[in-house]
Amino acid sequence: MACFLVPMGEAIVTTVIKKVVEKNEKEAGVKEASQTRVSWSRKLSWLNRLLWGGVLLLALEHIWHGEVVLWPPFLTAMNNPADIGPMLHEVATIGTGMAVFVTIVWLIMISIADQKAKAIQPAVKAEADA
Amino acid sequence: MFFIITALAAIIATIIWYVNAPEDKYKLNLLCFIFWGATLMWFVDHVMAFLTEGGEFFELTLDATMLGVVVVLFGLIIWLIALLISDPKKVFHKLSKN
Repeated sequence: MACFLVPMGEAIVTTVIKKVVEKNEKEAGVKEASQTRVSWSRKLSWLNRLLWGGVLLLALEHIWHGEVVLWPPFLTAMNNPADIGPMLHEVATIGTGMAVFVTIVWLIMISIADQKAKAIQPAVKAEADA
Repeated sequence: MFFIITALAAIIATIIWYVNAPEDKYKLNLLCFIFWGATLMWFVDHVMAFLTEGGEFFELTLDATMLGVVVVLFGLIIWLIALLISDPKKVFHKLSKN
């Protein structure tokens, strides 16, 4: 009914965090693309893209099914008081599940990226020293 | 069906991205993230609906198939808009110079 609202909320928060982190990294002179480490702004941009991409496609699916309209109150469930309870339940269960699952997948992604970057660190150092 | 079609689009986009990696002139990583984001969210939706309501895991109807095609097209349009705005080949810059 409106489950994508939870990942959308998370996407808004992570977009703001990414902007702040990016600004701080620029001030500290951290390179976004380094051979031996992945910057936090880059990692957060992966999460943002996953969340916003999913939210946009899910929003289209909800429009297709007539659960979301482009005029107020936007959510068709809001027109019927009996539908508001199930809608909120769906947002709390499925919506939260989506946001948590995407975040877990992203955490696995960044830990793999960090491990890969660590693994090539000696080779890059040796290349630089040579 | 839209879940299967989106997952398939995500896999194909990832293969194309990997074949060209580390070069990513055309922002294929964005396309991968768009499709993977939706695939992960629909996976949770399908699993939770299956566990709570039962029934079929995949909705194999014409409507769901059409939705899958429209969703993939929408994802491609988002990627295309982002690509044209960033204009990695500087086509618009060159055109405005001519």
